[in-house]
Amino acid sequence: MKVILRNPRREVEVGGRRRVRELLKELEILPETVLVIRGDEMITADTVVGDEDVIELRPVISGGRA
Amino acid sequence: MKCRKCGGTAVLELRRHNAAFCAPDFIEFFRRQVGEAVRRHRMFTREESVLVAVSGGKDSLGLWDVLLQEGYATTGLYLDLGIFDYSKESRAKCEAFAAQRGAPLLVVSVEQDLGAAIPEVQGATRRPTCSACGLSKRYLMNKAALEQGFPVVATGHNLDDEAATLFGSILHWQTEPLARQSPALPSTHPKLVRRVKPLYRLSERETAAYAFLRRIDYIVDECPFAKGATSLMHKEILNQLEDVSPGAKHNFLFGFLEKGRPAFERLADVTLNECARCGQVTTGTLCGFCKLSDQIKRAR
Ligand code: SF4
Ligand SMILES: [Zn+2]
Ligand SMILES: [Zn+2]
Repeated sequence: MKVILRNPRREVEVGGRRRVRELLKELEILPETVLVIRGDEMITADTVVGDEDVIELRPVISGGRA
Repeated sequence: MKCRKCGGTAVLELRRHNAAFCAPDFIEFFRRQVGEAVRRHRMFTREESVLVAVSGGKDSLGLWDVLLQEGYATTGLYLDLGIFDYSKESRAKCEAFAAQRGAPLLVVSVEQDLGAAIPEVQGATRRPTCSACGLSKRYLMNKAALEQGFPVVATGHNLDDEAATLFGSILHWQTEPLARQSPALPSTHPKLVRRVKPLYRLSERETAAYAFLRRIDYIVDECPFAKGATSLMHKEILNQLEDVSPGAKHNFLFGFLEKGRPAFERLADVTLNECARCGQVTTGTLCGFCKLSDQIKRAR
């Protein structure tokens, strides 16, 4: 599957079916710091994703604000 | 995962609430949390006009969206910081949002009042850029509200912002900021408007989800000065805690507000004066903003 990451924007290819939870663990991303988007929908950590999917991991943390 | 309310497919899990929601029920949950914040801290009434400070990001536009949906009388305030493309793009997002909803938007340029745009303060002062920026934003928000007759300014600070600020203040035991940190700061001087944070009960992930589900076109890219900011490091640490112990951020902040802050408030003893130059409220003779603008003039 194709995984889109942001800030900076980049794409990685990941093979095989797995739950979102495992995908995040492999990529070392804390679930609390991203929205997981497939197509135009958000999906939860127990959702199984596979080769045909395009998954966007959109960061939710913004910073610097005083 | 199933929605706690209707049993449909969930789009978001909230571990600290032990719940998951479908899109419509999450939006409902989000609005209720904002309503709870507004009521509990008497932030504003339906009769008052609220000035909503918007940056073009998910939090402030999400906040404005909820308040518009709930029928509050709101005006947006965009502070143009003059930070290259970031400011251009974020301003365009705010203008498009306001135009789409027929909501009024005020635009104030920092450069006009300060004498320089935010990127130029770097050489003029030893203050970190974000600190000079934050000072300017608070000053100009208050000034705009006073001049236009708004009794209250609302900002988009969320649970993560507040927890990270608290963490930073505690690391240095800064007793003054600890006394002042609150979801609602009342007006303690005729020239100081009330400041409120209606999103303080909602995590950053929840505000991002709300903005996404409501199809709000917000700026995802960061301000270039945010990189490496200590507040981001503090958020990261808190999110690691949250991962192993859901609810950690919430308990940290809410416990402080309930049990810690009153003690610091009793310690705090500040007298408020009016700045000798601009007349805005300060604890000294010259306010921080006037000092900063002096430093900028001298550096020219
Ligand atoms: S990151 Fe710093 S400089 Fe940029 S807008 Fe936020 S406070 Fe201002
Ligand atoms: Zn539902
Ligand atoms: Zn002044």
